[in-house]
Amino acid sequence: MPKDHGIGASSKRREDVRFLTGRGRYTDDINLQGQAHACFVRSQVAHGRLNGVNTDAAAGMPGVIRVFTAADFEGVGGLPCGWQVTDRHGAPMQEPGHPVLATGKVRHVGDPIALVVAETYDQARDAAEAVVVDIEELEPVLDMKAALADGAPKVHDDLTSNLCYDWGFVEENREAVNKAFETAHHVTTLDLVNQRLVPNAMEPRVAIGDYNFATDDSTLYTTSQNPHVIRLLMGAFVLGIPEHKLRVVAPDVGGGFGSKIFHYAEEAAVTFAAKQLRRPVKWTCTRSESFVTDAQGRDHVTKIELALDAEGHFQAIRTETYANMGAYLSTFAPSIPTWLHGTLMAGNYKTPLIYVNVKAVFTNTVPVDAYRGAGRPEATFQLERVIDKAAREIGMDPVELRRKNFITEFPYATPVAVEYDTGDYNATLDKLLEIADVAGFEARLAESKARGKLRGLGINCYIEACGIAPSHLVGQLGARAGLYESATVRVNATGGLVVMTGSHSHGQGHETSFAQVVADMIGIPENMIEIVHGDTANTPMGMGTYGSRSLAVGGSAMVKATNKIIAKARKIAAHLMEASPEDIELKDGRFTVAGTDKSVAWGDVTLAAYVPHNYPLDEIEPGLEETAFYDPNNFTYPAGAYACEVEVDPETGKVTVERFAAADDFGNIVNPMIVDGQVHGGIAQGIGQALLETTTYDEYGQLLSGSYMDYAMPRASDVPFYAVDHSCQTPCTHNPLGVKGCGEAGAIGSPPAVVNAVVDALQRAGMTHITHIDMPLTPSRVWAAMQG
Amino acid sequence: MYAFELVRPATLDEAVTALGTEEAQALGGGQTLIPTLKQRLAAPAKLVCLGGLAELKGVCIDDDGAVCVGGATPHAVVAAEAAAHYPALAALAGNIGDPAVRNRGTIGGSLANNDPSACYPAAALGSGATIRTVNRDIAADDFFQGMFTTALEDGEIITEVRFPVPERAAYQKFEQPASRFALVGVFVAKYADGVRVAVTGASEGGVFRWAEAEAALSADFSAAAIAGLSLEADMMIGDLHGSPEYRAHLVKVLTGRAVTAAG
Repeated sequence: MPKDHGIGASSKRREDVRFLTGRGRYTDDINLQGQAHACFVRSQVAHGRLNGVNTDAAAGMPGVIRVFTAADFEGVGGLPCGWQVTDRHGAPMQEPGHPVLATGKVRHVGDPIALVVAETYDQARDAAEAVVVDIEELEPVLDMKAALADGAPKVHDDLTSNLCYDWGFVEENREAVNKAFETAHHVTTLDLVNQRLVPNAMEPRVAIGDYNFATDDSTLYTTSQNPHVIRLLMGAFVLGIPEHKLRVVAPDVGGGFGSKIFHYAEEAAVTFAAKQLRRPVKWTCTRSESFVTDAQGRDHVTKIELALDAEGHFQAIRTETYANMGAYLSTFAPSIPTWLHGTLMAGNYKTPLIYVNVKAVFTNTVPVDAYRGAGRPEATFQLERVIDKAAREIGMDPVELRRKNFITEFPYATPVAVEYDTGDYNATLDKLLEIADVAGFEARLAESKARGKLRGLGINCYIEACGIAPSHLVGQLGARAGLYESATVRVNATGGLVVMTGSHSHGQGHETSFAQVVADMIGIPENMIEIVHGDTANTPMGMGTYGSRSLAVGGSAMVKATNKIIAKARKIAAHLMEASPEDIELKDGRFTVAGTDKSVAWGDVTLAAYVPHNYPLDEIEPGLEETAFYDPNNFTYPAGAYACEVEVDPETGKVTVERFAAADDFGNIVNPMIVDGQVHGGIAQGIGQALLETTTYDEYGQLLSGSYMDYAMPRASDVPFYAVDHSCQTPCTHNPLGVKGCGEAGAIGSPPAVVNAVVDALQRAGMTHITHIDMPLTPSRVWAAMQG
Repeated sequence: MYAFELVRPATLDEAVTALGTEEAQALGGGQTLIPTLKQRLAAPAKLVCLGGLAELKGVCIDDDGAVCVGGATPHAVVAAEAAAHYPALAALAGNIGDPAVRNRGTIGGSLANNDPSACYPAAALGSGATIRTVNRDIAADDFFQGMFTTALEDGEIITEVRFPVPERAAYQKFEQPASRFALVGVFVAKYADGVRVAVTGASEGGVFRWAEAEAALSADFSAAAIAGLSLEADMMIGDLHGSPEYRAHLVKVLTGRAVTAAG
C-alpha cells in the first residue's frame, strides 16, 4: 500500500497551486516604487575593436535618466570565475578578464556595451538604438580547432592563445594507457560532436537592482538558482559590497537547467546603476536576448577510443575533447569539461586504464557553462556510443558487452579518481529489459516493416556524480567555493515549522518533498511545515541548486537541523513528564516515556519551549530553532539503464521516438511522483538534444538558430509516453536519507539511447556504413547519411 | 514595436482610402506582421486593420461550384466551413500553425505575404484559384511572383479567393522542426482538364508548379507515374534545416504521397 504522506508518498506539489493559477511571484512580477527600466546596447558583431561609444543623442531622448558605458564602471571588478583548472603541465588555466560592459573589444554577438536607464522600457529601448557604437570588425574565431591554429585571431589579446587549458586526467596514466592501446586485441574509435545547446528556461532572466541611500543597503532581485552565491560573487568580486549590506532575492524562478547558476553582467549592472541613480532599476531579458546572453551548454568535439581484449573486456579508454568556453569564462565553465566530465569516463564499467585529454578553447561565441547534466551527458554519450560501436565491430550483443564489463562490487574506486559507494547495474538493466518489453521488439519491428518503416532499439547505461560536492575534494580540484549546504529549522510555539534552506527550487518541488521529510521525522502532517528559500535575508548560507544536489546535500542539512530540534524537544518532553531524555520516544507527533502510557503531544512541547513556565531553564534555553551545515564526504552516484525504440522513415529520414523506458537507481525516494516528473522532463530534454536542437553560428559568428523559428525545442508531440521505473534502490551510504539525486538523469541517459536506436534501425536495414550520425538527428541529416 | 497609427475602417472603401496614404500597411490577422513589428524589423506609420470588415469574411459556394473564401477569413473558419465542399483545402487550413494562429491568421494575409514556406500559396496555385482584389481578378499563376512578392499593388486588398473544386486533391506537408512551417509542402489537385502540382517551402523562387509531375500525373494519376522524375536542386532553398538536395528529394516524396492521399 503506497504511503499517503511523508517519505515515500506521492504528495501533490503544493507549489503548483500558485504556479497553475497565476499566483506565482516571479522576479518580473516585482515592481518597486520609483522603478526605472534598463535596456542594454549589445554588440551586433562577433568580434571587433570597440573604438568608441557615443551616447550624446541617446542621453537627450525622452525619459532617459542615464546612459552608462564601461567608463562609468571604472573601479568595478570583472565577473569572477569560480573554478581554476590546472593544465597537464601544472600551470593554471588562462583566465581572461570579463568586464561588466565590454572594454576595448567586443567578443560575441550580444556582448553588452552600454546600459540605458529610462522611465519606461520602451524609452530605454528607443534610446539604446540611438547609442552610436564605433566598432572595427575583426575576423571572428568560431571553430575550435581553427582557433588553436598558429596565427589564428585571438579572442583575448592579452592571452598567449585561444587555449584556456590543456588538461590531462589522469596525467600519470597517459603512457600506460597509450601502451595498452598498442597491444590491444581490438580498438574501436569514434569521432563525435556533442552539440551546443541553448538552455531556454521558460522564464527569461530578470534583474532588479535597488538601493536605500538612508541605510546604504543594496538589494538585487534576480532569477537565480543560488542567491547566496550571487551575493558572494557580486558583492565581493564585482561591486565591493559587504555581504551584510547586500541582499539577493530569487523568488519563484521558472526553470534554470543550470543557466541561472551563474553570475551575469546584467545583475551587477542594475545593482550598480540603482546605487548611482538612487532608484530601483529593472531589466527583463527578451527571448531574443536570452539566445545571445544566457550561458549555453555542451559544445564538445571528441575522439574516443576503446581498447578491448579478445573476450570483450574493456582494457583502456582514451579520449581527446575540444570544449568550447565561448568568449569569456562563465562562473563554473572550466569545471564542466574537466571534473564533471573526466571523472565520469569509467561509466558503469571496469576499465583499468583511462586517460582523458580536454582542450578548452575561447571562441567568439556566447559563453558555455553547466546545462542539465553538465559534463556528465558528454561523458555518457561518448562512452555509450563507442560501446555500441564496439559491440557491432566484434559481433557481440551490446547488452551483453555491457554486462560483461559491469562493476559489480562496491565500493569501487575508478581509475578517474572517484569512488562509487553503491549500485547494482545488472538490476537496473534487468528491470529496463522488462519495462521496455525488449522481448516484444521483434514483433514490433515486423509491424514497422509492414508499414514501410525502419525500426531500431537503442539501449545504454549511465552513471552520474551528483550531490555536489565534498568541499575538501573540490577545493583540491580548483573550486573557489565550498559546496556544503545549510538549513535552519524554526519551530513555532503552536507546533508548526518553518524550514529555511539554502537550496533553491525553480521547478523541482522542494516545498513539497522537503516538507515530507520533516513531517516523517516528527510524525506530524506535512501542512504543518513551510519551506522557505531564495532570499539571503531569510535563509542561512546556501550554495543553491544544481548538480542534482538539493535533497542529497540541502536535504541532509535539513535532517541534521531537524535532529537537533528533536533532541532538544525530547529534553523538554522529558522535563514535562519527569523522565529521563533517553527514555523518551517520538512517534506520530507524540513523545512517550518508553514502556509507560505517559505522553505529551508535539504541540505541548513546542508551547513549553516558548512559554517556559515549567521548563528546565538552568539546563536548556527557551525556544526551538536550530541550524545545521552539511558537507558531503563523497558524491552520490545515481545510475541506470535506458532504452529507446525509434521508427525511421526511409524516404524522408524522419525519426520518431515510439517507445522510451528508463530504469533508474536513485537510492531512496521521497516523492515518487516528483521523481517521475524529473525523469520525464530530463528525457524530453535528451530527446530534444538527440533529434531537434541545433545551435548554429554562421561564418560571421551570427547565431542562425536565434529564435524558435529555427531553434527546435521538443514538444509534447515529439515524445512518447515513457515507461519509468525507480524500484531498484541501492541507498547512498553516506547521507542520512540514502538519496542520490534525480534531476539530471533523464537528460544524461537519453541522448545515447536515441542515437543508438537510430543507428540500429539503419544497420538492420542493411546500411552498415552508418556507424554514427552527429546530433541532432534531424530528418535532413539522417537522409544525408542514408545517401552514403 | 515603434509607435504607429491604427485605423479601423468600417467599410472596404474606407480601408482603400486609408491604404492610399504613404507608409500605410494593411493588417490582416497579424500572424507575420505583429511579430515583425515587435522585433522592430518594420516601422509602418499607419496600420489599416481589415479584421472588422464583415464583407471580407466567410466561405460560400458560387454558381460554378467554386469555393469562395473572403479575404479576411481566418484559417479555422475555412477548416470548418470548406470541409464539406473542398476537403483538401479545409485540411490544409486546419493544419496551419496552432489554434491561436488559425483563429487569427487570414487567407488574404497569407497570400499577400507569400512566405515561401506558407501553406496557402500551394493551395491557391495548386487549385488554379482566382485572387479577387478591390481592383481586379488575378489568376494564381500570375499572382505569385517570387519569395514575399506578389502581383498586388500597394494598398490593393484581397477581397476573395475563388477555388475551383477538383475531382480529387490532397496536401502533404513536411514540417520544419522548429517553426512547423512547411520545409516542403505539395498540393496536388486533379481536374477534368489535367493535374496541378504546387510546391511550397522548397524553392528560392517561392511557390511553384512542378510541370513535369503535372504532365506525368495528367496521363496517369498514380504515385508510380512520377517515379522516374527528379527535380534539380539548383533553385532549392538550403539552410540549417535541409540542403537543396534534400528539399528536391522531399518534393518528389511528398508529391507521391499527395497523389496517394488524394486517392
